[in-house]
This record gives sequence, structure tokens and C-alpha cells, in this order.
Amino acid sequence: MSRDRDLSDQILIGSARERGVARFRRWGLIAVPLLAILFQVYVPRYYESLRYLELPLLVTVYFALMRRSQIAGIFIGAGIGLVQDSLSPQPIGVFGLDLTLVGYFAASVGMRIDVEHVLIRFVLAFTLFVFHQSFYWALARAFLGQRVLFDLQHTAILGLLNAAVGISLYHFLDKLKE
Amino acid sequence: MDLLSRYRNVTVLALVIFAQLILLGYQVKSNQDIRLIRVWAVTAVTPIAKLIDTVRGGTVDSLGRYVNLHNLADENQQLSKDVGRLKLENQYLKSELRSADRAVALGAFQARDPSKTLPARVIGLSTSASSRVVFIDRGSLGGVMRGMAVITPDGIVGKVIAAYPTASQVLLLTDPTFAAGVISQKHRVRGTLVGLGQTSKCMVEYIQNEEKVDAGEWFYTTGDDGVFPKGLPVGTVASAQPGQQDQMVYLAPSGLQGGLEEVLVILEGVHQPIPEGQAPGSTVHLQTPAPDETAPTEPGAPTMSTDADRMRQRYQRIGAAENHTFGQGLPGSKPPDFNLDPDAAAAKARAAATPSAAPAATAKPTATTTKPAPAGVPAQ
Repeated sequence: MSRDRDLSDQILIGSARERGVARFRRWGLIAVPLLAILFQVYVPRYYESLRYLELPLLVTVYFALMRRSQIAGIFIGAGIGLVQDSLSPQPIGVFGLDLTLVGYFAASVGMRIDVEHVLIRFVLAFTLFVFHQSFYWALARAFLGQRVLFDLQHTAILGLLNAAVGISLYHFLDKLKE
Repeated sequence: MDLLSRYRNVTVLALVIFAQLILLGYQVKSNQDIRLIRVWAVTAVTPIAKLIDTVRGGTVDSLGRYVNLHNLADENQQLSKDVGRLKLENQYLKSELRSADRAVALGAFQARDPSKTLPARVIGLSTSASSRVVFIDRGSLGGVMRGMAVITPDGIVGKVIAAYPTASQVLLLTDPTFAAGVISQKHRVRGTLVGLGQTSKCMVEYIQNEEKVDAGEWFYTTGDDGVFPKGLPVGTVASAQPGQQDQMVYLAPSGLQGGLEEVLVILEGVHQPIPEGQAPGSTVHLQTPAPDETAPTEPGAPTMSTDADRMRQRYQRIGAAENHTFGQGLPGSKPPDFNLDPDAAAAKARAAATPSAAPAATAKPTATTTKPAPAGVPAQ
């Protein structure tokens, strides 16, 4: 019982200090999402297997979590999503809608739990990746009438891989905090 | 108002979602793009893409040089490192050679293809993992327009779906939204090529189960879709199985094999016939050119080969034996004796000139070196 309480104490935010908003260097807030999008555009050309690495999503999740503001999460997600849309062949707004919701949910979670915890970050990155893929699939089918395949097992495996990469990425991004 | 401020976060979320839904709905409903946003994004990103590509090329080059130099210094003492260096160098040169070969092949194809084409380099991919779209480094400033076909010497690659000033977006034939009219080479079966979202496979739809499609058979473009000129290779049949309504025909696209580095954009397409029986791009043996007929032949070597040539040669020898020049006899003058044996006549003439010479029967005539008349011109 006390072990459970210890774990919940570790995960849930218990003090005003922990509730503090992480601040980043201004260039980092622009450069990191831009690099994440550029990575997705150019790196898979040379390493095909990296095509499934959703760095813009992982970056959205990170900044939304750390800002701990739902409005900031909404605009971070919408901004990254719209830039991602403008470099893709589909109508503008698909990734925008998707990442807006991801940013909102991530920020909502970030307000309640300790997002510095590695396990929490892993679970969140995985969950939001699966949500992102499912929502994208639904939007593509419902709005665009595309025949996009959705394989839950495949998505889950990719989610685990993305979450694993996310942990390392978040560790690096923590160093950009002021 | 109080309610709005209380639910401020949800209100903002709803507004942002609503705005994007309106944007999305407008594009889907009117089938029009918000081009300005894309032009800004692509124009901003293209120079960075070119820079990344240049830096990557330079880094690989410098790394190769560094490895080479580093290993050269230890070459005499460390044989194993030398072997490693040579392997690396070999790989690097092979890569360079492949690149040069591709460029040469592309140039040769461009020269012989009747369509007007523009070479371009692939500089990036789409941000969407499910779509198969690439960016090329030629845009509207280079004459590229939306809807133009993109090919390689091996086959079709895709079509331009957006042309920006300095770059264009190309929808690959493996994208699920791609479609093109195709026809099989052997049985002339028509169908519609669609992408499956996989790199190595496409599907040909609307081929009835009764129609015959062989594995390994080539498919070509029909030219009906208004994008690809007729007669461009598409790929070979990987498998063909009967389905519920239509056959499940899967193609291995030939244009994407061996990676996608350099492509050609068809600016003005020219329809071509579907080749009969021969696979596109297959190695063709070229016969060595015929020897120069004006060159003098060696004495004793056979200069003529056909019956007509041999007869012409015989008549020339008869003319020589009888001191007759063909074409100079007047009407009514005595014609040469064509029943004369030129060998015997030549031997007799030599015996008369030199009595101690060998018997006439063993004498051989000297081979003539006259230039044969062109085909269709009778011998005189």
C-alpha cells in the first residue's frame, strides 16, 4: 500500500514547485520543431526505415507537456501540424487538427502529473502516437476518402519504437531549458 | 462572458479545431488548394534542402578522403587497415561509378527519347509517412507544371502534383491516390494502375478474371490518362490471381528499382508504340559495323561473296582477257565472248609471253580490287 503511495507521489504533482512551467530558449522553440520537420522530409530519403519516426509528433508532445498550458499546447500542435501539412500532398489541416488535439491532451496531462518521469514520458509518447495514427486514419478516410490502411499491431510496434526514441530525444531537449 | 473565461481552454481548442475544419472542408469541397501557404513553406524549405544535400555530399566526400589519407599513412605497417581502406575506397568508387552510370544512362535516354524532357534531382520526401511523395529540384521557373509525367530510363515514376518556383512535388506511382492507364505487352489487356503505399508493389485494377495476364509480363502506359505518353514501361507482373470480381494483378514498378536519385520530367510528351516482344531496357547486342568497302583488299582474299558478285567478277576477267572495256562498245560492234574461260585465257597469254613459265593449268588469276557497284546498278 505504501509502495503504491510512493509511486503515486512520484508521478503526481504534489507541490507548486513541480507545477512550474518550463521555459526554453527562444531559438529552441522555433529551431527544434523546424529541425524535426526537416528530419522527416529529408532523412528518410537516405534511411528508408526512419520514415516511420514521427519527430514532429514527439516534439509537439514534449513542448506541450513541458509548457503545462493547454492553450500553448493547442497552438504548438496547430503550428507544427500546419507546417507539416504544407509539405505533404494532402489538404492543409489534416496534421493540423491531429497535432492540435495531441498538443491539448499532452498539456492537459502535463498539468496533472510529473512529466519528468521517464516511464510517464514513455507511456505518454506511446499513447499519443497511437492516438495520432488512429485520428489521422479516421480523418483520411472520413474527410479525404483515402484508402489508408490501419494495422493496430503495426501501429503499436511503431508506437513503442517512437516512444523509445522520444525518451532519448526528451533527455536531449531537457538541456535546452533555461 | 464569464462562462467563456471559465472554459477558456476548451473554447480556444474548439475555435482552433473549427477554423481548421472550415479550412479542410473548403479544400475538400472546392477541390482547391491553399497554394500560398504551400508556396511559402516549400520556398522556405528548398534552400535548406539543397544545403543539406550539399553538406551531406561534401561530408561523405571529406570522410572518404580522410579515411583514405589516414590509412595511407599506416599502409606499410598495418596491412589489415590497408585492406579496410581499400574496401572503403572500393565502396566509395562503386557508389561514384553507379552515380556516373545513372547520369550517363539518363543522358542517353534523354537524347534518344522523342519526348522533350527536363532532368531533375530528388531532394526530399513528404512529411506524411503514408503517402509516397518526393520533392524534385526543378520547379515552375524551369518549365515544370502540375500534371507533368516524371520518368526514369527504366520506367514511369509518378506525376507532378504541385509546381513551386524552385521545386516540385511528385506523387509516386506507389502512392494510394495514384492512378494511370496501363496495357500489357503480350496480351494487350488494359487496366488502371494504382499504388498501394508500398515501395515495391503496385496493383492493376479492372482486369477481368477471364483475361490472360502472365507473370513477368510487361505493362506499358496507354496514354489515355492525359499524363503519361503511350508506350512508357511501367513494370512487370509480380503475381496475378483471380479475385472476386476482377483479377488481383500486382506489378513490380521498374522505374523505382535501384533507388530514386535522378529523374526526367516530361515537358512535351510524344506517344510511342508499345514494343513487341522485347522487354524494355534489356541488353541489345549490336553487330559490329561492316568493313569499309572502299578499302583495297589483300591479293588472294575473297572480295565477293554472292553469286551476282562472282558473276560480275567473271565478266570483268573476261573483259580483261579480251581487252574489252565494258560500256564503250558501239551498237553493232562485236560483243566479248562470254563463253571464254578467263582462267585458261589468262594462262595462255602468260605462256605466250614467257615460254618457260609453269603450265597454264596451274596458273591463278590475280584478284581484282575494283570497287563493287552500288546495289541496283547493273554491271557493264
